[in-house]
Amino acid sequence: MMDMEVRSTSGAGGGTPPVPVNLRRSKAYYRFTQQNLPACKPVLTPGWVISIFLLTGVIFMPIGLIALHASQSVVEIVYRYDTECIPESFRSNKVAYIKDSSISKNCNQTLKVQKHMKAPIHIYYQLDNYYQNHRRYVKSRSDRQLLHGLNYNATSSCQPEELNNELPIVPCGLIAWSMFNDTYTFSRETAELKVNRKNIAWKSDREHKFGKDVYPFNFQNGTLVGGGKLNPRVPLNEQEDLIVWMRTAALPSFRKLYGRIEVDLEADEFIAVKFVNNYNSYSFGGEKKLVLSTSSWLGGKNDFLGVAYIAVGCCCIFISLLFTLLHVKNPRHESESSPQDSEIQMTTR
Amino acid sequence: MDHPFPHSSLNRIGSSRSKASGRNSIDGSDSSGAIANLGNLAFSVEGSRLSASTRQRYGSRGARSDGFASQKEISDEDARLIYINNPEKTNKKFEFTGNSIRTAKYSILTFLPRNLFEQFHRVAYIYFLVIAILNQLPQLAVFGRAASILPLAFVLLVTAIKDAYEDWRRHRSDRIENNRMATVMLNGHFQSKKWKNIQVGEIIKVCANETLPCDMVLLSTSDPTGVAYVQTINLDGESNLKTRYAKQETLSRMPEKEGIEGLIKCEHPNRNIYGFMANMDIDGKRFSLGPSNIILRGCEIKNTAWAVGVAVYTGQETKVMLNNSGAPSKRSRLETHMNREIVLLSLFLIVLCTIVSTCAGIWLRRHRNELDFMPYYRRKDFSQEKEENYNYYGFVMEIFFTFLMSVIVFQIMIPISLYISMELVRLGQAYFMIQDTWLFDEASNSKFQCRALNINEDLGQIKYIFSDKTGTLTENKMEFQCASIQGVDYNGKKASLGEPDDHPVIVERQVLRPKMKVKTNPELLQVVRSGKKSKEGKHAYDYFLALAACNTIVPIIVETQESGLRLIDYQGESPDEQALVYAAAAYGFVLIERTSGHIIIDVWGDRQRFDVLGLHEFDSDRKRMSVIVGCPDKSVKVFVKGADSSMFSVVDKSLNSDVIRATETHLHDYSSLGLRTLVVGMRELSSLEFEEWQSAYEKANNSLMGRASLLRAVAVNVESNLSILGVSAIEDKLQQGVPEAIESLRQAGIKVWVLTGDKQETAISIGYSCKLLTSDMTQIIINSNSKESCRKSLEDAKTMVKKITALSASALRIPVALIIDGTSLVYILETELENKLFELATACSVVLCCRVAPLQKAGIVALIKNRTDDMTLAIGDGANDVSMIQMADVGIGISGQEGRQAVMASDFAMGQFRFLVPLLLVHGHWNYQRMGYMILYNFYRNAIFVLVLFWYVLYTAFSLTTAINEWSSVLYSVIYTSVPTIVVGVLDKDLGRRTLLKYPQLYGAGHRQECYNSKLFWLTMVDTVWQSAVIFYIPYLAYRHGTVDGSSMGDLWTLAVVILVNIHLAMDVIRWTWLTHAAIWGSIVATFVCVIIIDAIPQLTGYWAIFHLASSGLFWANLLAILVTAMVPRFLVKVFNQHVRPGDVQIAREAEKFGNSTGYSALDVEMNTISEPPQER
Repeated sequence: MMDMEVRSTSGAGGGTPPVPVNLRRSKAYYRFTQQNLPACKPVLTPGWVISIFLLTGVIFMPIGLIALHASQSVVEIVYRYDTECIPESFRSNKVAYIKDSSISKNCNQTLKVQKHMKAPIHIYYQLDNYYQNHRRYVKSRSDRQLLHGLNYNATSSCQPEELNNELPIVPCGLIAWSMFNDTYTFSRETAELKVNRKNIAWKSDREHKFGKDVYPFNFQNGTLVGGGKLNPRVPLNEQEDLIVWMRTAALPSFRKLYGRIEVDLEADEFIAVKFVNNYNSYSFGGEKKLVLSTSSWLGGKNDFLGVAYIAVGCCCIFISLLFTLLHVKNPRHESESSPQDSEIQMTTR
Repeated sequence: MDHPFPHSSLNRIGSSRSKASGRNSIDGSDSSGAIANLGNLAFSVEGSRLSASTRQRYGSRGARSDGFASQKEISDEDARLIYINNPEKTNKKFEFTGNSIRTAKYSILTFLPRNLFEQFHRVAYIYFLVIAILNQLPQLAVFGRAASILPLAFVLLVTAIKDAYEDWRRHRSDRIENNRMATVMLNGHFQSKKWKNIQVGEIIKVCANETLPCDMVLLSTSDPTGVAYVQTINLDGESNLKTRYAKQETLSRMPEKEGIEGLIKCEHPNRNIYGFMANMDIDGKRFSLGPSNIILRGCEIKNTAWAVGVAVYTGQETKVMLNNSGAPSKRSRLETHMNREIVLLSLFLIVLCTIVSTCAGIWLRRHRNELDFMPYYRRKDFSQEKEENYNYYGFVMEIFFTFLMSVIVFQIMIPISLYISMELVRLGQAYFMIQDTWLFDEASNSKFQCRALNINEDLGQIKYIFSDKTGTLTENKMEFQCASIQGVDYNGKKASLGEPDDHPVIVERQVLRPKMKVKTNPELLQVVRSGKKSKEGKHAYDYFLALAACNTIVPIIVETQESGLRLIDYQGESPDEQALVYAAAAYGFVLIERTSGHIIIDVWGDRQRFDVLGLHEFDSDRKRMSVIVGCPDKSVKVFVKGADSSMFSVVDKSLNSDVIRATETHLHDYSSLGLRTLVVGMRELSSLEFEEWQSAYEKANNSLMGRASLLRAVAVNVESNLSILGVSAIEDKLQQGVPEAIESLRQAGIKVWVLTGDKQETAISIGYSCKLLTSDMTQIIINSNSKESCRKSLEDAKTMVKKITALSASALRIPVALIIDGTSLVYILETELENKLFELATACSVVLCCRVAPLQKAGIVALIKNRTDDMTLAIGDGANDVSMIQMADVGIGISGQEGRQAVMASDFAMGQFRFLVPLLLVHGHWNYQRMGYMILYNFYRNAIFVLVLFWYVLYTAFSLTTAINEWSSVLYSVIYTSVPTIVVGVLDKDLGRRTLLKYPQLYGAGHRQECYNSKLFWLTMVDTVWQSAVIFYIPYLAYRHGTVDGSSMGDLWTLAVVILVNIHLAMDVIRWTWLTHAAIWGSIVATFVCVIIIDAIPQLTGYWAIFHLASSGLFWANLLAILVTAMVPRFLVKVFNQHVRPGDVQIAREAEKFGNSTGYSALDVEMNTISEPPQER
């Protein structure tokens, strides 16, 4: 398919007019100006087309199978708790319940492990119908303030959570203000399951994006409390929940890492989870879920990519078969088609 | 590379003199519209008065060649008063401009505002500016300030730098020009003075070979008769010398000695190079001045030791500067279509924005009770004492703002970078056309010139070619071939090159020899040699004397290397006259010297002096010229030469009817051989007649009003009752390769029409010799003298064509040729008969128009252009082709013998007619294919990006968040994807040159609009929607319910889009050179680098996202899935089309690739006929 088109600069073409002497400076330059640079001209012959589709199919099928297998091997427990954790009396008025700070928000539930789960088991909270990618929301932050703290005060982008009582807020902005603050504790039978909550945020964020000596200031002191509070004595780069929260999700249904369980969970085991249901997702119809999941090279449980690969691979193989059929039934012999033939075709058009 | 925009002050003159008006063309109708043409060109300033009358009708009669300079007295308020040698007084009342010129557009202070003003003439830029301004409003701030202004600023800056550089060069050349030195009379002495300090009214002395610093009226010259020869190459490109005269009254005054005082009253500055109207008062005598008394800035004095004149127009008011304006710009067909598609894209943009704002409205409505406290919306601001709405302006306003914001976010749906890419691609294409050795004319050492840069791609869609004959199909190198003297035919068949020393002319012991050798007929030579003894000898003597005397040729003696030998170079405005004088010299009648008062002719070694008593110049009404000569034997003779039609009416038919009949037969024979014929006549004036003529001539000459018409009356009077001397026949040789070129063009489906001023017989014979007409054609000839007969012949012709087509429907098509003359066209063009002519002409395969005036040429082009969508191309070389060149969609000038007016008015200029074949079939095809593809690709490239943004917006509560960070969206069309499209647009070739030349039918791709049409546009758009959906939804579904953050997702989409559009381009590239590889793969690498750099800035939200992303297998799996899934449909459609219904181009490409070598060697032989024309035509 690829051959090199190399033409001699003068004469061989027969039609090339004699080259003026002053233009005969450099062969390469001359070729360039005459648009005669060596070039390869791929032509898609049926053979190539069939093999391209076949090859694609042959490559895609195994990838799809591997991906599907990887996804299937992931064990995942998803538990929606935001409705379960509301006492029966408040079911009709969830917002009142969540806003009333006098009521205890504790809630105990039990999860059953369906399959053996291999450590590390990732604990995520999943929020649905929560537009963390809303324009008003993603803009309302100051990356410079996160790095420099109170030294940086051009934080107008943080509005409406820029100032409180004329004092700057650190970390400012709606994102930090609305930090997720439900907590989970896990226990197996009687023993508490240890949850490792370190290293849940990106290392790059901890080291370069959030300041080492920036401490929360004047945070969540306003009349309206949006979410979690921060320990003012811990620098931002160690507030990993905040760092995770500040990486705003791409889509309105998202998971964020809460911690990891570093022991295996056996099948049919029961795990008691103690929720502290603080976060108000009720006022706008959001959903909260707890997710326990193992991981594979492909990330979490998602069959889509595997299925997609298999489907595309199948299509390609089908097309290549179709083309083979077409070619056999109605052959076009490119290699034999001489210019004369094509001339006839052209003139008769 | 030739600079495509000539900026020098002197080479942009829309000059307008007809070639024929000066040349005494054989038939004259070539020039009949010369003045009308001039009016058309100098239209904007003062020619409108003239053209108004002539533009009514493209008729040859409309033109009046009156020297309008002398027609009216200049009133004082219309005049500029110049006191000779008294600049103070001259400038006292009105301050005339100085002589410094300024071609530069800007100064340092005005550069910024003016340049910006000019750049914002483009609607596209205004669109971008408005969007950038909208973005500055706090409510609408989608992008950061810098990011929103950067692309526009970048484009403006690049253009501004280019403009500044060009202007700096202009400044530099201005400075050099202004600081040149001239010799000016100051206090009675000639002193040198800088050009810029010259004032109106000053007396200036110019020596031989010096350039004139300003327009001045000649006072005296070194020649005792007051003649000065000037070369106007800088003005109109004509290299021959022109004569200018000082008035008798001022000739003898030596300003140094006695001083000179007087008043010149002349018209206000105007741009008409060939008109000047003034009166001069000296010593109480008043006389008029005309165009022959003024020498213009930019000319050079030649052959004259010195000339003294008085400055009348200076600096910006000189004619050359007033003419310094560019050609009108044309817009390419493809671009017009493109603009239609851009309107569609704007509608599409509006639809997208409407969808987004409507959805946003619905969303807001549904959540109206939750908005106050919703963490991601938070309508209320609690930081103040009083709770207020934060950044919320009410439901309706929010929807409106959403609409505006979506316009800002989706702005690149309108591909602004396309305009810049197109300019760059055209620049590249122009470069390759200029550099092409196939378009290089070795004879004149001239490269191809691209004067218009915006219609390259039109070359690929030409359907009609309108060609001039003389100088375009033919070489315009005239050669004397035959003579018929007193009814005896001496044809050129037995001609041979005479021995050079046959009859040496010896002057001051130096041998003089004409520069050009002419074939002579030995028989005739014998007759001439015999002298006046025989009757034939007597006739031949008069005949050649007439040829040598009756002209305006100036012999110029040129020294040669050889001692004792000098060459005579005959300089004149008309190549026909040159040929005649050279012929006369070859037969022993050597014109040696010409002054305004006498000529010296060497007749077989005998130097004879003839007094030139009067000269009636050629004009298009009389179509002849005459000279009144006082012979050495004291007799006075009038020699006349002119077109046959005008001559036979003034010949005394009673004298010798046999001779006249024989002459007419010869005339017919000659013109059917394709020769240009001229009839020569003579009469001896009796002393009474002479005196009568002389008094009338002097009276007419000195009259102030209507001088030209008076002179014409005198001429008509004296040019009567002539005895016929004979006929001269001049061959106008066909250019190299013309028949082959015409054949190729015809195969390519292009109709070639020839529009010529020549006689019908000449035109038809040239038509045969260049294979335009063939013997199997049916000829329809229309020669009518009235509107009614025109109507009748048109209708007859139409029924005839119908009959022929009906007859030939079954068998092979019989081609029909239409031949129509200018007189008939007068009654057809711009009347209701036009439609009939159009229908008839388009049904014929060849159309030949003869004896057409310049404006009629334009009228014929307009006939086609206004009625069809087909592209027209006009090609010509002379001033009479200017109007047609400007009328056609593409105008091509042949830079040949006849000055540069055609070139100046043209869009492209080249050396030979046959270059049309590589230009259209090769470059035109390439340009069209490249440009068409590039436009579609640019639409696709921008739309796919916008659509990816759009899909995402649907998942952000319609709040117009972009996952792709703002810098990437800014750089997308600037860095990520711009270079490959330009490189491919400049370098890609769908077919090789040899194939394109071998199969001219391939040109049909352009006619059928195969590379750019609505169907392709919609297909591309559908594909775009599919591809964008794949790009968005594969990651969306794969990452759904995942932990992925917005920035990472944005990076994935950025990379996917960029790689996809580049792969898409790669799939369509036909010829891969290393440059293409570098551009395409380099762009992908550059994108990765840019994304990495952007993600390495901690202050940006997306810090380090790309590294996290790229370390996961999911990312790469997504990328691969996107690329393959997105490309499959397009690839499938492409290969399916290629397989099932391949187009010509596809077949040819496969033939080119797999064709056996024998096929190619046959092709080479065939091609030689085009590229290397046969020796004999």
